Amino acid sequence: MEWANQLCENRQFGSKMTDSKYFTTTKKGEIFELKAELNSDKKEKKKEAVKKVIASMTVGKDVSALFPDVVNCMQTDNLELKKLVYLYLMNYAKSQPDMAIMAVNTFVKDCEDPNPLIRALAVRTMGCIRVDKITEYLCEPLRKCLKDEDPYVRKTAAVCVAKLHDINAQLVEDQGFLDTLKDLISDSNPMVVANAVAALSEIAESHPNSNLLDLNPQSINKLLTALNECTEWGQIFILDCLANYTPRDDRESQSICERVTPRLSHANSAVVLSAVKVLMKFMEMLPKDLDYYGTLLKKLAPPLVTLLSAEPELQYVALRNINLIVQKRPEILKHEMKVFFVKYNDPIYVKLEKLDIMIRLASQANIAQVLAELKEYATEVDVDFVRKAVRAIGRCAIKVEQSAERCVSTLLDLIQTKVNYVVQEAIVVIKDIFRKYPNKYESVIATLCENLDSLDEPEARAAMIWIVGEYAERIDNADELLESFLEGFHDESTQVQLQLLTAIVKLFLKKPTETQELVQQVLSLATQDSDNPDLRDRGYIYWRLLSTDPVAAKEVVLAEKPLISEETDLIEPTLLEELICHIGTLASVYHKPPSAFVEGSRGVMHKRLPARTGSGEGTECPDVGNAAGGSAPEAAPSIIPSQGDLLGDLLNLDLAPPTTAGPTPSTSGMQMGGMDLLGGGLDSLLGGDIGGSPAMGAGFGAAPAVMPASLNAPVGGGLGDLFDLGGGVGMPMGAYIPPKTVWLPAMKAKGLEISGTFARRAGVIQMELVLTNKAMSVMTDFAIQFNRNSFGLAPAGPLQVLTPLGPNQTIEVSLPLSTVGPVMKMDPLNNLQVAVKNNIDVFYFSCQYPISMLFVEDGKMERQVFLATWKDIPNDNESQFQIQDCHLNSEAASNKLQGSNIFTIAKRTVEGQDMLYMSIKLSNGIWVLAELKVQAGNPNYTISLKCRAPEVSQCVFQCYEAVLKN
Amino acid sequence: MSASAVFVLDLKGKVLICRNYKGDVDMAEIDHFLPLLMTQEEEGLTCPIMSHGNVHFLWIKHTNLYLVATTNKNSNASLVYAFLYKVVEVFTEYFTELEEESIQDNFVVVYELLDELMDFGFPQTTDSKILQEYITQEGTKLEVAKTKVPTTVTNAVSWRSEGIKYKKNEVFIDVIESINLLVNANGSVMSSDIVGTVKLKTMLSGMPELRLGLNDRALFALTGRDKGKTVTMEDVKFHQCVRLSRFESDRTISFIPPDGESELMSYRINTHVKPLIWIESVIEKFSHSRVEIMVKAKGQFKKQSVANNVEVRVPVPSDADSPKFKTSTGHAKYVPEKNLAVWTIKSFPGGKEFLMRASFGLPSVENDEMEGKPPITVNFEIPYFTVSGIQVRYMKIIEKSGYQALPWVRYITQSGGRTAMLFRYSLYSKKRPIIYS
Repeated sequence: MEWANQLCENRQFGSKMTDSKYFTTTKKGEIFELKAELNSDKKEKKKEAVKKVIASMTVGKDVSALFPDVVNCMQTDNLELKKLVYLYLMNYAKSQPDMAIMAVNTFVKDCEDPNPLIRALAVRTMGCIRVDKITEYLCEPLRKCLKDEDPYVRKTAAVCVAKLHDINAQLVEDQGFLDTLKDLISDSNPMVVANAVAALSEIAESHPNSNLLDLNPQSINKLLTALNECTEWGQIFILDCLANYTPRDDRESQSICERVTPRLSHANSAVVLSAVKVLMKFMEMLPKDLDYYGTLLKKLAPPLVTLLSAEPELQYVALRNINLIVQKRPEILKHEMKVFFVKYNDPIYVKLEKLDIMIRLASQANIAQVLAELKEYATEVDVDFVRKAVRAIGRCAIKVEQSAERCVSTLLDLIQTKVNYVVQEAIVVIKDIFRKYPNKYESVIATLCENLDSLDEPEARAAMIWIVGEYAERIDNADELLESFLEGFHDESTQVQLQLLTAIVKLFLKKPTETQELVQQVLSLATQDSDNPDLRDRGYIYWRLLSTDPVAAKEVVLAEKPLISEETDLIEPTLLEELICHIGTLASVYHKPPSAFVEGSRGVMHKRLPARTGSGEGTECPDVGNAAGGSAPEAAPSIIPSQGDLLGDLLNLDLAPPTTAGPTPSTSGMQMGGMDLLGGGLDSLLGGDIGGSPAMGAGFGAAPAVMPASLNAPVGGGLGDLFDLGGGVGMPMGAYIPPKTVWLPAMKAKGLEISGTFARRAGVIQMELVLTNKAMSVMTDFAIQFNRNSFGLAPAGPLQVLTPLGPNQTIEVSLPLSTVGPVMKMDPLNNLQVAVKNNIDVFYFSCQYPISMLFVEDGKMERQVFLATWKDIPNDNESQFQIQDCHLNSEAASNKLQGSNIFTIAKRTVEGQDMLYMSIKLSNGIWVLAELKVQAGNPNYTISLKCRAPEVSQCVFQCYEAVLKN
Repeated sequence: MSASAVFVLDLKGKVLICRNYKGDVDMAEIDHFLPLLMTQEEEGLTCPIMSHGNVHFLWIKHTNLYLVATTNKNSNASLVYAFLYKVVEVFTEYFTELEEESIQDNFVVVYELLDELMDFGFPQTTDSKILQEYITQEGTKLEVAKTKVPTTVTNAVSWRSEGIKYKKNEVFIDVIESINLLVNANGSVMSSDIVGTVKLKTMLSGMPELRLGLNDRALFALTGRDKGKTVTMEDVKFHQCVRLSRFESDRTISFIPPDGESELMSYRINTHVKPLIWIESVIEKFSHSRVEIMVKAKGQFKKQSVANNVEVRVPVPSDADSPKFKTSTGHAKYVPEKNLAVWTIKSFPGGKEFLMRASFGLPSVENDEMEGKPPITVNFEIPYFTVSGIQVRYMKIIEKSGYQALPWVRYITQSGGRTAMLFRYSLYSKKRPIIYS
């Protein structure tokens, strides 16, 4: 009764009380009291009671027991009270589905109320009551509301369709609501259009194959018109929907861009980002030489910069997206470095993102400014920020060669500050600088060594150890330094242990006389006293290598290492493209595809940028029509992951942090290696296991005689070759040889029938001919000549038909071919015109050779080179093909292709889809790069080919098809 | 598409009020929010997006409240933040202050607003002026008005109601330019830009059509007219009332204004700005003994102009004590809670130069913690003047009733708030002087 007294008091005093009073009653028997009040006759008292119920609900008390009493208050003409009751219903209906039915009648009645606010309220609330039984009753009122005369009701009803679909999709489809919703896209009211678009997009997102958003030039036009009139939020719905459309050609693309660009001037950052998304996507289709393309690039920079004056959270989203945009189209912001300078009072998450973008934009032109700023940051107090700033200085050194010296001296200055984490971070980046510019800055090693004792972070210790090992010959007391680490070997982290092992082996190979004991010690620590299989394996490998062939060991361990590349943390291109399609969303913030963090989206198609399609030229893409899920035709370029994060270099690279992962050997080398490991390794184990060592069955003291043929450590350069050899020898399958066909029928050649094929055997191209004499007389004096052809094929010797060919006699001849003959482009490219002479006449025929004959054995590209080349080749040179009905898995395919000198460089698996990256080198030095997509269970492969001479693509594709299907 | 639910939490993570829009995220997930945030804060790495399992939290902080949106989809993050800030704006206009108490005191209206602001995760009507026409704080008073949906809610002109009447028709235009600037210790200007805003206070009857003319270089280039000084605006952002496609095609700023106060547009200018007030400083730190600060401020603007409320904020070590100040003009004081010495000059004429000296004692046992080196900040306001030289050429007001209306224009240049003039300085550290006894 206390609250009642209080209420009375308040009335008496006539004071204006706030709602907070409803929160004050917390007593036993409260529910009971409330029940009485809810059933009171007095309207005012009822309302007060409902408010108290809602207040209790708000603070988390369970007031569901009052369900029937509250529902009884539903029929009221007081709008405020009605809203409260509705609110209550939304909260508790699910827990009381049977009783919720009680409310249905009122809902239905309210949907026909003369007041549009009530109609809308009813339909809005009904959709939020996620009780199956209620949804049935919702259909009729919803149908009416979708056609209501008041736009406020219609816009609410449009959203309600999405709600209902979420609860019962079948019902919505059966009732034809989707069609009504589609009709609303043509509504006269822009708010209704916007909500209809939002609802349809939402439904389409959960049902990617529904083809709901059947976007076509007409509907796009309607959306673009509504775009000018609806609220800021509506504009976002429409822009996000537009982003799923794929224009038919560059002209349509341009006209949409032209109508979207004004949105870049909107005050709402979210509108701007959604507009940027549409433009970034559609831009992909515009020819780069188009004036408008340049204009558009220029228009994008200012709004992106302005996003940085928004609220910090919006800045953060903007920065994460700018990070993507800078990777995709660096030209847009290349002159805007200064705006990414960190402000003293920026939140840490903004600071770190800005720093990242600064490094991406660093170039020779602005490096001085960038360095001055970074140095300033390195003296701040925020540890994470300072670390990243120090690391950034190192990255600048690697990226902008001209600045390397300045960066190194800046880093040395920072080391002098003796601030512990600054020193450690600096040492980690200096190690990378050494890997980029070997033999250039070793003079600083002495300074680094002074700080040896202060290093307590594994990464820094590992970096320092690497430096000592790498430059052991120049550090007088390298052995002492390394020995000092060895004392606490087992307390070190794995990366330090691995590094220490390698460093001491390097030291031993450089200064064998004094360090024998040390190397023994580390090998036994690694192999006998460690539980870590990686460490043990590496230890054994070194041990065997050293005991078998010290010269080989030197070649392997001290091999010249490839330089680390400057852009090591780029997002892999296919992912980047997908993320560009998701600008503004969580995916773009996380830099992960939605499938990585949204449940149930695994089957959803990945968004891709549209392919560039010149309006005039024909494209190879079979189906340019777009689907609702935004599945653009998959002609966009894709490429291997830029960093082999999975493949740490056994000898050196595992100490590199993910951001600075260095070059990695080819995957295929790795895979081949893996196979050989079993073969060779087993052999040697079986064959060499005489010593019966307890450790692993292989006696290392008396080292086994046979080293595994291919030491499977994928070491940068030196060992790479080893592998390839191993790989080549181990290949079970040979090159594909097409079946023989008749080239010259007897009736055209006075009885001489020639059939044949081409083969490549042991690196030699051979024309294999079958000559049949179907005439009555003997044929002699055979000779052959080729017309000039695309690849300069010419007989490497005379046609060896030594004996005369009698009637009905057949002879098989192999003619070795060279590729040094005169060149002339043929059509088709692989056409070869041949003249064969015999004692009777000269005959001419033409045949087509599979271009795979020209694929040379050293066509395996370095991963890094592949990556760079792929990027370098313009997208216009890319063509895409489908290979149908191929039932090989990716590995079998890869093996098969390798037989024909199509080399798999890397393989990546994205959600059951294997992406194989391959390289091919033609005899005339043309490289063809390929990406083959193999989906488990899907017999249709997709292949994208990139080549500087795109004419060959068609032929190469034919080879793929032929090789894979035979 | 965006939020599954929106929560308002107090600083302890208790839910003050919430609204479940989509029902696809368990409302109890919010219990993970504060622990996650605390972990991040301990690590010193907060992030406005956090996730727990499949649930993502997008949050902002306002006074003593957290506003949190949850989602388990690939939502449009920028939309969610823009919406949360809009919620703050609407609530603030409704309750003057948005804080824990105002939420509790008005929970019925808050529920009503949450219902109207967003539906199934889609933001709806978020214009507080329009909302106030059908959702009011005085429940009873509104019975009559509430029976109608204001047409504005769904109109193409969703920001202005019909039937507004003023006796005297006037519009006030404020052109405010704020300067962002960063100067390095060696005196080189690292970055500078101007952020301008045009604010309107509209007191006009009916549905007036307005056209604003500025000395915009792009406009003059387009029309071929060249009348004196023009200004190149790097990027322009408009209130939703401005017809963007019209601006895009012929740079005309035409609109039907919202009633009352609004920000019509903002622009950015990239030109090199001379720092209007130049700061030189010498700061010497004698470890374990004292800090000596000397700051010189010079007005580098026209002699006729005067900068008002100039504030020079000089950071001092957190363990400083016993301040002593000497100024050639104005007044200096120590603000220990912000570790600042603040020197205020009420009125600073152009071309003049002033000096402040300060000294602080330092304890002999020094603070071990590393301290950052925040730059010196200068805040000021110069009326009747814009750095960029932007001018309002005309404001045309056309209404079908044909009334005469007067536009008033005011110019201000300032620094402070979101913008800042920052000067980095070198800190000369000296060892404690050896004292012989």
